[in-house]
Amino acid sequence: MNIDSIQNGIVIDHITAGRGMKLYELLELSKLDCSVAIIKNVHSEKLGKKDIIKIDADIPINLDVLGYVDPGVSVNTIRGGVLVEKKKIDMPETLTNVIFCKNPRCICSVEQEIKHVFLLRDRKNKIYRCLYCETKAT
Amino acid sequence: MARSLIDIREFSVEELQELIDTANDIIARPQAYAECCRGKKLATLFFEPSTRTRLSFEAAMYELGGNVIGFSEAQSSSASKGESVADTARVISCYADIIAMRHPKEGAPLVAAMNASIPVINAGDGGHNHPTQTLTDLLTISREKGRLDHLTVGICGDLKFGRTVHSLIAALSRYTGNRFILISPEELKLPSYVKKEILKEKGIPYVQTTDLETVMPELDILYMTRVQRERFFNEEDYLRLKDSFILTPDKLKNAKEELCIMHPLPRVNEISVAIDDDKRACYFKQALYGKYIRMALILKLLKEAGTL
Repeated sequence: MNIDSIQNGIVIDHITAGRGMKLYELLELSKLDCSVAIIKNVHSEKLGKKDIIKIDADIPINLDVLGYVDPGVSVNTIRGGVLVEKKKIDMPETLTNVIFCKNPRCICSVEQEIKHVFLLRDRKNKIYRCLYCETKAT
Repeated sequence: MARSLIDIREFSVEELQELIDTANDIIARPQAYAECCRGKKLATLFFEPSTRTRLSFEAAMYELGGNVIGFSEAQSSSASKGESVADTARVISCYADIIAMRHPKEGAPLVAAMNASIPVINAGDGGHNHPTQTLTDLLTISREKGRLDHLTVGICGDLKFGRTVHSLIAALSRYTGNRFILISPEELKLPSYVKKEILKEKGIPYVQTTDLETVMPELDILYMTRVQRERFFNEEDYLRLKDSFILTPDKLKNAKEELCIMHPLPRVNEISVAIDDDKRACYFKQALYGKYIRMALILKLLKEAGTL
């Protein structure tokens, strides 16, 4: 299968197989006008299988979303057909307005325009807790 | 942003000791502190009814020579008009030097602290934190037992929703040699995350039981709690569990002579009034110590803010 290489844009690589669509949705890539390719189940020496997303535009990517959903992905920036930057994305220490607190007792449930902030409390077990009420993200 | 107290874990063991030392000095020499806060104002923002915590804060500020402004229920504040906690905190910062806030929503005092320009003290946020109760408990244990370490601490009643319990366990876990005996009905057991993140992570010994009398002889401290109606969504569950543990003189017959019986109050029926005259009953002294530790806290935060 051939997907054209991009001249200026972003390649999100090393996505855990099956998570490509979820990232597509969370990153709101459907709103873009440019070409976007989701390639599923690509053979990978390291992962066995992986997904890849290619975006044919140099747009800002919410790295916190990537790091939360699938830590370990790579974000490659291409300019003039050349790889100019490669970032390995780890779990972010703080998530702001990426996930939302569902605790009805939390101040987040009533306070106007409050930012929903989650802090990484346990990296090994990937546990985030709400800044305000400490409820675990699910 | 001025330094606030939202969660007891924000204070180091050294700072906790500093507060206890100040409170002990206030108890010994009240006159020396009677004018410390002259001209300063404490705003008590109580969005949820409370008697002892609010009055304890107010008495503390008055005994430091300061003044108190505020409200004691959400209906008499602009919250009833829909004002946010953030805006309330910004506005009150213009009128007072320090805030004590109680709010039914968890995290509300943190939002206030993030937006206020003066120190904010969390006076209880729903079932989440109540750090000044924990300070009160630490001062009580320190004065009654002479130490905060190497104690067998029994905690009885509602260990699931009881915010004082979680904070107390977190605080006492920082001192060496303490062990916990957790006494509750199955439905009100300590949440697993508290066990995992505080007790198991630090390797602190604990036992869970539903039988108070069997463990009674081991205890240095018995911390009783009330099953709180306001923490239940379901009235049936509350009615079924509210009388789970009632401490009576009969249950104390195998207890140590030096046992310290504590309760954050208010009590409903979980401690029989027949125990009030027992020398081991410390809960009314505990309420008194609450005032002194709040005096120490107000002084510390106002000094750190450069207000004193």
